[in-house]
Amino acid sequence: MAANHHEHDHHRHDEPESDAAIRVKALESILTSKGLMDTAALDMLVDTYENRVGPRNGARVVARAWVDFAFKKRLLSDATAAVNELGFPPGPEGFNLIVLENTSKVHNLVVCTLCSCYPWSVLGLPPVWYKSPAYRARAVSDPRGVMREFGAEIDDDVEIRVWDSSAEVRYLVLPERPAGSEALSEEELAELVTRDAMIGVAKVNPPQGTAKSRKRRSRVASRV
Amino acid sequence: MNGIHDLGGMHGLGPIPREENEPVFHADWERRMYALGRQLLSARIFSLDEFRHAIERIPPSMYLGLRYYEKWVIAATGLLIEKGIIKPAELKGLAPIKLNPTFTVGGRPNEPISALGHGAAGIRPRFKPGGKVIAKNVNPAGHTRLPRYARGKRGVIVLDEGVFALPDAVAHGGGVIAQHVYAVRFAARELWGGEASPRESVTIDLWEAYLEPAKGLRVNGRSRNGSGRS
Repeated sequence: MAANHHEHDHHRHDEPESDAAIRVKALESILTSKGLMDTAALDMLVDTYENRVGPRNGARVVARAWVDFAFKKRLLSDATAAVNELGFPPGPEGFNLIVLENTSKVHNLVVCTLCSCYPWSVLGLPPVWYKSPAYRARAVSDPRGVMREFGAEIDDDVEIRVWDSSAEVRYLVLPERPAGSEALSEEELAELVTRDAMIGVAKVNPPQGTAKSRKRRSRVASRV
Repeated sequence: MNGIHDLGGMHGLGPIPREENEPVFHADWERRMYALGRQLLSARIFSLDEFRHAIERIPPSMYLGLRYYEKWVIAATGLLIEKGIIKPAELKGLAPIKLNPTFTVGGRPNEPISALGHGAAGIRPRFKPGGKVIAKNVNPAGHTRLPRYARGKRGVIVLDEGVFALPDAVAHGGGVIAQHVYAVRFAARELWGGEASPRESVTIDLWEAYLEPAKGLRVNGRSRNGSGRS
């Protein structure tokens, strides 16, 4: 599975002396000395969510649904099973997944107002903005305003359905396939799909039609 | 609890803080804290509901300013101290941040089970998709997953999500109270008033205990005493 290294290559500004860093170190050493920690298991967990599970998983699910109608039908009726077909099992919590389809008439957007519930198995760990008080407060009362902030304009006649993920199912948005993407392969389609579109705060942009930009995209793909 | 975490509909929290090419973790301690938290959960030292409730019990004056994994550090440390697993003196001289007090109702605080699966133990749903419901107007002091902005509001069941343990009990050692959870859709105008768009709604996952049938309630009137038309 493709990793997300390109998303964090430039961020290594650790803060070893921060209050939080000292507290975590202390916690880890106390719990290890009490035999409550399994260091190898911890390393594997970190590796999984830093390198293996991320929004590229979700993008593959979306691209498959765009090109394979039977898969899309299965995805919309039992997303947990359909996503498992692509090799993305539910996380250790075993949360059920529900996929919400965006159309020209209905736009879905996901938030967790009470904490930070997010479909880890297909999107990885959530970005800071998704967990921020500002997003959690406004997504339910001003979804159009939130989307404008992300650069997406939704027509007034489109119905917006916000989903407040407050229990133990998780939601993934199936964005609309953009115009002009008819000739693209499943892999090329997956490259168009962004994390933000699968949360519902953005749309998937049409492909930049030139061969040059397509080449650039495939270079990015080979790097990840 | 009517805590600072229950943010839906609040104003004044500023622009949404977006970061270009955001890393999964912003520092190594975040990476370690994530793994520690997950390990404590899977070792059943505490349950997810207890952990969420501990985050809710972080002093409100701090909550909004903390980074996400700082909340994890404070909540996990607080819970471990409350459970007697670690002592404050062991924390390398850094005084732990005290969580707001809570209560325990039973002896099973570490219950890890959330999803029990469709039709678990033959539990029958009280509501069906299409049914009109009202989210109860309640203000429990403990953990709940019924957000304040939905309380007292009328909605429609759109989906039966299956049977899950009621977090209000699990978070306080009350064991598993298994019941159906429903996706309930509320019109934006019902939640936010007449100024809201008629083409917006919020769908919230709600446990059966949070809901009552809306039969007899007037659809548009103010009366909620059951005397109006349905």
